[in-house]
Amino acid sequence: MDVVLDFLRTYATAIAVIGISALLALSVWLTLYAGQLTLGNAAFMGVGAYVSALLGRHLDTPFPLALLAGAITAGIVAVPLGVTVFRLRGVYLAIATLAFGEVVRVILLATPITGKGQGLNGIPPKTELWQIYLSLAVVAYVLWRVQGSTVGRAWAAIREDELASASQGIDVGRFKLAAFVIGALIAGWSGGLSAHLTFSIDPSDFGFSKAVQILVFAIVGGIPNVLGPIVGAALFTALPEILRPLKDYRDIFQGLILLGVIVFLPRGLVTFLDVRRTRKLEQIGAADVA
Amino acid sequence: MLLETAGLTKRFGGVTAVNAVDLAVDERTTLGLIGPNGAGKTTLINLVSGVLVADEGTIRFAGADVTRERAHRLAARGIARTFQGVRVFKGLSALDNVLIGAHTQLRPDVLTRLVPSRRPAETVDALALLERVGLGRARAHALAGELPYGDQRRLEIARALASRPRLLILDEPAAGMNATESAALRGLMRSLVAEGLTIILIEHDVRLVMGACDRVVVLNFGRKIADAAPAEIQRDPVVREAYLGSEDAA
Repeated sequence: MDVVLDFLRTYATAIAVIGISALLALSVWLTLYAGQLTLGNAAFMGVGAYVSALLGRHLDTPFPLALLAGAITAGIVAVPLGVTVFRLRGVYLAIATLAFGEVVRVILLATPITGKGQGLNGIPPKTELWQIYLSLAVVAYVLWRVQGSTVGRAWAAIREDELASASQGIDVGRFKLAAFVIGALIAGWSGGLSAHLTFSIDPSDFGFSKAVQILVFAIVGGIPNVLGPIVGAALFTALPEILRPLKDYRDIFQGLILLGVIVFLPRGLVTFLDVRRTRKLEQIGAADVA
Repeated sequence: MLLETAGLTKRFGGVTAVNAVDLAVDERTTLGLIGPNGAGKTTLINLVSGVLVADEGTIRFAGADVTRERAHRLAARGIARTFQGVRVFKGLSALDNVLIGAHTQLRPDVLTRLVPSRRPAETVDALALLERVGLGRARAHALAGELPYGDQRRLEIARALASRPRLLILDEPAAGMNATESAALRGLMRSLVAEGLTIILIEHDVRLVMGACDRVVVLNFGRKIADAAPAEIQRDPVVREAYLGSEDAA
């Protein structure tokens, strides 16, 4: 027991960051599951972080309420944005959401109340480990169950074929928007948790590199099921720690691992077990019955 | 009258793909839609199912003006269709394909799904539909994209039927089917009409069209050139000319 507690104490921050990364990865998983490539979730995270931190500072809002307000604000911002950008597809959609992220960053840089370039300092460390992992458990469970519902099937159908989906009576535009807004809510919630973990936030925390990082967690982990983003986030958050002994070569090895996963497991880390099973079946000539 | 179009017109650039077509389909009948390649059959079907919006003319379905309604609204009203060259959801199981077809029939169940439960009623219905089109339960969990082509066509019909439509539009359903399969399709269509369904059939298989349809409409260069019972269509000189070229040229 003492060993476990020691471990938790030593790595508390890393474990907390992994949990928040996993939440963010799940937030973008939702739109990816519906076949839409969006890169706005770092900005939604920023909205949640700033709104919750400012509410706590200026209005003394209780922590859970501040978190909720941050998430809902991100969700509200996502509605008009989603209505506008979902006229686009593929790369164009990705670029449009990326542009939105830049707009948010510039607004944060220019506004006095958000502390401009210095950001906000002295945010009280209210986030507890159990809060992060309870949030993660709830979000992961709900998303897992949603896949078997009419809504989850509609998202999968849209990913497969939009025209055929519409002919089944699925309001494609509305379902895409729903995935986007729920993703923004989750990202906003994780932003609030993150802000009250790190003491200080500034606009560069929620920029382009964060957006790409979140996407990498989800894609590398795998889209076929909800475990993928969690595994991806855990691995790529822990990797810098694990590779610390390599010192200067750390980034190179991290890059090589990323490359290896993309090349050999293009559908994500979680498909590793499936691949092995298929290989075995092929060897005994039984792939047909699999 | 279940479906009625008046002066329906669609242009693509300089080409008039569908030109002032009047169509009237009675309830519980099967209408055949034939014509040479490029005659505008699929475009007409895309207008009726809301995939495309007409430039001119009107569409009435079950008494309501639905001219400008989009595909998902029309599906909810009871128009289901298959596509020329199948469009099943290839990466999903056959069962999921049919369940998605039932989208308009099912209540949103996100909240009830949060609690793990026994196999829901809609799954039972979907399996029964797979059996009815001749796919069987054994393949219910196979990925749609891994099924043989003929089975994908059957799956697409099961998916369309899952919405409990009033009008079913089949776009070349027998393409790639052998004589036995095409006969089974004809039997299925007959029993569906007996149960109250209305069908529009686009097909090149003349035997299927003549055997299954109560009336046949012939399109050529976007215009309706004939609209009669199958036996009359076969004797119609205008139709023969459209298909075989004029007597002089021959």
